[in-house]
Amino acid sequence: MTKQIIVPFGPQHPVLPEPIHLDLVLEDERVVDAIPSIGYIHRGFEKLVEKREFTEYVYVAERTCGICSFIHGMTYCVGVEQIMNIEVPERADYLRTIWSEYSRLHSHLLWLGLFADSFGFENLFMNAWRIRERILDVFEQTTGGRVIQGTCKIGGVRRDIANEKLGEMAQDLDRTRKEIDDLTKIFLNDNTVRHRTRNVGVLSRDDAYHLGAVGPTARGSGVAIDLRKTGYAAYGKLNVPVVTDSCGDCYSRCLVRCRELFSSIDLIQQAIEKIPEGPIDVKVTGAPNGEFFCRAEQPRGELVHYIKGDGSKHLVRSRIRTPTLSNIPSLVKMLQGCELADVPVIVLSIDPCISCTER
Amino acid sequence: MITQEQSIIPIDVGKLIGGVEQCRNEGYRLVQIGCTKVGDNAFEINYSFDKDYILKNLRITVTAETEVPSITGMYWGAFVYENEMHDLFGIQVKGINIDFKGTFIRTSVKYPFGVTVVKGEKP
Repeated sequence: MTKQIIVPFGPQHPVLPEPIHLDLVLEDERVVDAIPSIGYIHRGFEKLVEKREFTEYVYVAERTCGICSFIHGMTYCVGVEQIMNIEVPERADYLRTIWSEYSRLHSHLLWLGLFADSFGFENLFMNAWRIRERILDVFEQTTGGRVIQGTCKIGGVRRDIANEKLGEMAQDLDRTRKEIDDLTKIFLNDNTVRHRTRNVGVLSRDDAYHLGAVGPTARGSGVAIDLRKTGYAAYGKLNVPVVTDSCGDCYSRCLVRCRELFSSIDLIQQAIEKIPEGPIDVKVTGAPNGEFFCRAEQPRGELVHYIKGDGSKHLVRSRIRTPTLSNIPSLVKMLQGCELADVPVIVLSIDPCISCTER
Repeated sequence: MITQEQSIIPIDVGKLIGGVEQCRNEGYRLVQIGCTKVGDNAFEINYSFDKDYILKNLRITVTAETEVPSITGMYWGAFVYENEMHDLFGIQVKGINIDFKGTFIRTSVKYPFGVTVVKGEKP
């Protein structure tokens, strides 16, 4: 019998921007099991709901993550609005959709860069982040913030985008589409990328579904789950394609994210074309009394904000289930049987966001 | 307004395994397990399952002394939620497939979410 050894991977590792630890059980160079460990930077955000009023908690919810902060804030707001029966103006719904899709573009481009970095393709990393920089510029121009936008509030949004600016954004996205087309051709056709990602970290459809995988991790294994199909914000009025692939390896997860970049651009352009004139917020009175599980599609997958109020200005509970937490069991499954050298690529392929996970 | 259909079904702890098994057999996927402190020594635990974007929640109400059976036999990935529930709220979960025994989430205060709530007091 081959001797088994345990190699610790993380919490400090060149491919990990944030701390997660894996105990890799090895037989020679092959991983036979992986035991994950998180909790190095748990912040206990959810507890703050007892100390902050429900209107102030939007800022806390947004700070759960530095990449998809807008979607966290929006999901929390939608949940509270649902409990309080608040009808948000249509223009606000469209603006929320536009910023959500910019968040997806920003997140997927960031991930493509990190993924390229994980297999040592530095030039590709820099190209992905160059394009991402322009997406962040749009965030800054329209919200005033590159990381934390602060534009979502209960009852609508705080800022409008002028119609001329929306026109400019739509035109600029045509240019971005060409650049992303060039970039993704390398990710999807280059031999070195294929060599490091094809048949690596395979997750079957059944495993993905029963282990609770979400987002591109699930869709890369052929599980067509996309919460945008439930029609929150303005998604119900737009044509939302669900991008899937069936191979379930690192290449498939990369392919799904590459294609989702194009679908995000389409969604923003559709939203800009259809956005109506009108107010961007409504006055909110009272306090939430009830509970709701609000779900939205983050770049990494399904996000759940469970909100429970008792009619006072402080909520009873805010529970945030982030996509990375749900993807950890799938990651363990992907690692079983892989080569040690492939571990960084596989870990990166689920796009782990420990900041979200350690909310 | 959005239309995310969802239901909450309160059940006894003794019927949890049967309820979860039924969800598994009907093709539901596990979305999350979440705990809420609802009294001095009372906790609500919601087991959320999804099928075709319809959310079904099984709810049990327990005390910190209640032994809650693990559902990892049916949903292997549930260990992340069950360990989290133990580390943050002090819920005793019996039979977890990967039991971190309180080291999954390292906190300076033991069971920080299980302490009594003082609403509105500034942090």
